[in-house]
Amino acid sequence: MHSGSGALTEGVYYILLSLTAPLHGYGIMQRTEQLSGGRVRLAAGTLYGALNTMAERGWIAALAGDQDSRKKEYVLTPAGREILEGELQRLEELVENGRRILGGTGA
Amino acid sequence: MTMTKHKLFFAWQFEEEEQWLEEMAQQGLALDGVGFCTYRFRKSAPGEYRTRLELLAHSPGHPESQDYIRFVEDTGAELVGSWFRWVYFRKKRDDGDFQLYSDLPARLRQLDRILSLLAVIGGINLLCALADLLQGLLPGLLNLAVAGLALWGGGRLWRRRGQLRRDQELYE
Repeated sequence: MHSGSGALTEGVYYILLSLTAPLHGYGIMQRTEQLSGGRVRLAAGTLYGALNTMAERGWIAALAGDQDSRKKEYVLTPAGREILEGELQRLEELVENGRRILGGTGA
Repeated sequence: MTMTKHKLFFAWQFEEEEQWLEEMAQQGLALDGVGFCTYRFRKSAPGEYRTRLELLAHSPGHPESQDYIRFVEDTGAELVGSWFRWVYFRKKRDDGDFQLYSDLPARLRQLDRILSLLAVIGGINLLCALADLLQGLLPGLLNLAVAGLALWGGGRLWRRRGQLRRDQELYE
C-alpha cells in the first residue's frame, strides 16, 4: 500500500466499510464475509497487519474500550470515510466503462 | 492421551510441515505442544482442528508478538505452542475457515522472513567454515554443509517467491 491515491485492496475496502460502526477483529472478519456474500474471508494475520497500517494512517481509530475487555475495537474516522468515498468513485468509473464498452449486461 | 513424535522440517518446508500436521489431525491427533523437532499430540475427534504455523518477526514473548497472538486468539484460534520465533495455532474446524494470510503481500512477507532467517544462518555458518578451514580445522566442513543446505533451501523459497510476485502483477 503506497500513500498515493491507488486502488484499495478489496480486503481493505471491506474492512473500512465494516467499520462504520465499532467492531473488534473477529467482528470485522464476520461482517466482511457477510457483506461479500461469503466471498471475502480475511485471514487473521492479514487483518492484523491491515488494521495497524490503517490506524497509523488515521483511516481508523482504536477505541479505548473498558478494562475488562481485552479486545480492541476499531471505528472509521472522517479521513477513512474520505478514502472510502474516493474509492467508490474510482470503482464507479471502472464499472461504468466496463458496462459501456461490453454492452452493459447489468443495465 | 498424549503422544510425542520427533520429526525434522527445515524452515523452507513450512508448508509440508503444515500438511503433515493436517494429516495427523485427520487421524485424530491434535497438536498440543511443540519443541525443537518435537511435536506433542493429544487424541481428538478426527479432523477436529486445523493447525497453522508462522514465523514471527520477533520472539513470541516480545510485546508486539504478544499483541498479535492475542489478536489471533480473539478470532477463535488458540496458541498451541512456540519454538524459537515459530508459533503454532489451532482452531476447531467447526468454528470456520482458518488462515493466517489471505493476501499475496502478507504471504510474501512471510517468505521474506524465512529467507532472511536462512540468510543469517547461512552467512554465519559460511564465516565459521572459512575461519575453520583456513586453519585446517575439519569441523569447518560441518559449517560448510549447513551453509550449503541453507543456500539450497533459500533458493527453493526464492523461486517460490518469484512465482508469487508474478501473480501480484495480475491479482491483488
